[in-house]
Amino acid sequence: MTTPPAIARDVTNDFSLVVATANGTGSQTANLALLRACFHMGIPVCGKNIFPSNIQGLPTWYHIRVSKDGYVARRTSEVLVAFNQATVDADLRELPSGGVAVVDAGLAHGVERDDIHVYAIPVKALMAASEHKGKLRDYLANMTYVGVLAHLLEIPLDAIEAGLDAQFGGKRRLVDTNLAVVRGAHAWAVEELTKTDPFRVAPMDATRDLLIMSGNEAGALGSVFGGVSVAAWYPITPSTSFIDALRDYLPELRQGEDGVPTYTVIQAEDELAAIGMVIGAGFAGARALTATSGPGISLMAEFAGLGSFAEVPGVIWDVQRVGPSTGLPTRTSQGDLAFAYGLGHGDGKHVVLLPSSIEECFEFGWRSFDLAEQLQTPVFVLTDLDLGMNNWMGRSFTYPDQPMQRGKVLDADEVRERGFARYRDVDGDGVTYRTLPGNDAPGAAYFARGTGHNAQAVYSERSDDWVENTERLARKFDTARRLVPPALDERVEGASVGLIAFGTTRYAIEEARDALAADGLHCSSMRVRALPIGEEVRAFIEAHERVVVIEMNRDAQLAAILRAELPDLAPRIESVAYLDGMPFTAGFMRERIEPFLTPRSLEVA
Amino acid sequence: MDRPRTIASNAAGLSKADYGGSPSTLCRGCGHNSIASQIIQVAFELSLRPHEVLKLSGIGCSSKSPAYFLGMSHGFNALHGRMPAVATGALAANRRMRAIGVSGDGDTGSIGLGQFKHLLRRNTRMVYVIENNGVYGLTKGQFSATADEGLDLKYAGHNDLPPIDLCQEAIAAGCGFVARSFAGDAKQVREILKAAFSHRGTAVIDIISPCVAFNNEDDSPKSYAYGRHHEKPLHELGYIPFADEIVITESDPGELTTVDLHDGSRLKLRRVEEDHDPTNRIAAMTRLMEAERKQEFITGLLYYNQSRPSHAEAARLPETPLALLPEEALRPPPEALERTLQRYR
Repeated sequence: MTTPPAIARDVTNDFSLVVATANGTGSQTANLALLRACFHMGIPVCGKNIFPSNIQGLPTWYHIRVSKDGYVARRTSEVLVAFNQATVDADLRELPSGGVAVVDAGLAHGVERDDIHVYAIPVKALMAASEHKGKLRDYLANMTYVGVLAHLLEIPLDAIEAGLDAQFGGKRRLVDTNLAVVRGAHAWAVEELTKTDPFRVAPMDATRDLLIMSGNEAGALGSVFGGVSVAAWYPITPSTSFIDALRDYLPELRQGEDGVPTYTVIQAEDELAAIGMVIGAGFAGARALTATSGPGISLMAEFAGLGSFAEVPGVIWDVQRVGPSTGLPTRTSQGDLAFAYGLGHGDGKHVVLLPSSIEECFEFGWRSFDLAEQLQTPVFVLTDLDLGMNNWMGRSFTYPDQPMQRGKVLDADEVRERGFARYRDVDGDGVTYRTLPGNDAPGAAYFARGTGHNAQAVYSERSDDWVENTERLARKFDTARRLVPPALDERVEGASVGLIAFGTTRYAIEEARDALAADGLHCSSMRVRALPIGEEVRAFIEAHERVVVIEMNRDAQLAAILRAELPDLAPRIESVAYLDGMPFTAGFMRERIEPFLTPRSLEVA
Repeated sequence: MDRPRTIASNAAGLSKADYGGSPSTLCRGCGHNSIASQIIQVAFELSLRPHEVLKLSGIGCSSKSPAYFLGMSHGFNALHGRMPAVATGALAANRRMRAIGVSGDGDTGSIGLGQFKHLLRRNTRMVYVIENNGVYGLTKGQFSATADEGLDLKYAGHNDLPPIDLCQEAIAAGCGFVARSFAGDAKQVREILKAAFSHRGTAVIDIISPCVAFNNEDDSPKSYAYGRHHEKPLHELGYIPFADEIVITESDPGELTTVDLHDGSRLKLRRVEEDHDPTNRIAAMTRLMEAERKQEFITGLLYYNQSRPSHAEAARLPETPLALLPEEALRPPPEALERTLQRYR
């Protein structure tokens, strides 16, 4: 046993906790109960599961950050729960000085540190009294650290109970079984442990109107309210839980008359088929989506090109993981941006939405269908593993503020009145009119195709037809610029440096920016929420001497896109691009941003 | 005989010309053109309403042909080997559509074999025509996966690999309507097509359709000359729409087998040379394998089983097509959102 250092001043609601276990040991329930207990206490929290690509046995770490200031980025954990023999030495060594280690007393380790607080839990002895056997007993053993942490961190047991209740959907027997172990361990800790560390939580009132949910759940729910009718998919981490959530919500929310579903979910034979089904359904007039990740996007390339050239709506969620190739299947990334944007051979780009929060996952969930149908094209929604699979706080979702935008679809009467040519640009916005199969007006039918075609959708190899068509498609893409969610501009008066980012890097950036501002270093920031970019991005860059494009990939993909699309501004565009599979920390962000904030940019009004 | 009466207009009030398409750009004499003609004839005879028909295809010579028939029907010329996925999505979105897909042996037997088999597993309701010529015509004559073992062609040389028999593949995948025909046998193609349109799920018709440009040497098993001499009709088929009084005059009525089709219409089969039971899956496989061994074409309805529900039935799709549901059916009310979010507070 090490000698605990002297008690520092209290650290309340401002630390990070990491639980180190092995995959498949059932610790997720315990971790989520802790997360929800803090949320229930009104304390801002965020949970991040750092897990292996494995079903059972490999190390996994669950991070819970509690932050009175509402910061949710990953940060170094001061409190460790060491329950994995395989990683206990490394876990203990990585703990910062002054940190806390709650260790399963049954683990052998060789780390002697006198600068941390160590509490050993006799897990085996605490479980000896349990009537449960086998696997259930192993699962329940995780509740011992919940009980001990409840004591050490001062989490009331009724908050833990509320957390378990939410976790088990109110199934009383399960709650009680788990709670009994929590109480036992808690009672032991009260009796046997003397708290020497400063970390604690205290009730706040900062989560009253908030939700806690994963991005995949939020996106799926948004899609349900967007009227998704056909979902075709192939299982792949980290998007699978998107479809799981969809299949959870749909039976309750989308039953038609006599209980007949108003949707169908098809598990396809691969991602090629999944996107093919989406394109087929979109052509026939249904709102269709697929959810996948990088390797699936690779397989979808040919269909994405067909979808944009035959002009068929559809929604593709890419919950990004680390590529290339199989890469790091359970680690987060923003590495598919450039690929998704230009997916397919030949000319052309796609509309890409870039949510950063569960609120935006919900909103883009329904809005993506409006955009896809208004623009008659596949729309990509790029989230990442961190947002998709982890639990995030967010404001309660806003119900769609506009009726469904079904785009330019002519019914039979309209075809009879005004005639129809599938690819004729009647309105000058590049978006043409379409008809759906089943339309019985003479002349309503057309033959959709990926081959060259004229305004009547008839096969054509004529150069003038090709040019006319592809120039119209470029015009349509300019229409998209005006329809997609605009970039959000957070201008700081007088700042000469602006940051540009997208997606989940915002959390580390916002925290780093606050810390820099506290030290008198200011910068503006802009968060891009969609491609193609709108005029606001140009305006932002023009207003700053330098902009730093921050992204979680090696190749500076957004920076390259901005430089290509705004060549006159390219010299101002700098880049911070980095990818190691882990979400950025505020510390890392500060370190990388600070060098750009030279004294020039200090001259703030 | 069983030739339908030729009349100016059908029950849909349309003439045969109304079922035509653009002029063919395929080679003169190509078997695919003959098949397109039979599709036109059958659609006319069945009084299909063009706006209720969806045409689908992949890529290749075969896949161009939907442009040459049913010009008043919507169509989708998809990707090479990917017609099944597009068909599945389109028919999930609109289950009312009657779909006919035209594929080729490369499209179905090579690049699209996986999608083909999974389409059959799902049993999406459509007529799936394979225009099978054993070569890649558009790219000037490479062997396809259905090319015969030991075949020598000018461009492609010698084929060392055994052919994939798409009828066997279809039966193995659980398809409930598997037929084979020959493009030169217009009558049989028509009869099988008519029956196929009545099938509950996916109906596969593998039509040997010789390539006049690249696989029509007289000693090639997929040439016209070879086909005419080696084709062995397994049954003669007559199709009788349930509501129609047309009666087939059969030369040997004692040999008739009547198959009840899903929509209540009936298909009558005549055993010509063997006592083949089209409802016996094992017998169908055996017969195909025997034919393969003898390098013969067995034509006719080889396997029929309507017991499996279609994809739309299994998925419990609503009668109103998903694509036509109004916003009220698609977007739950605000209370539903609030209720769902309670779980996350």
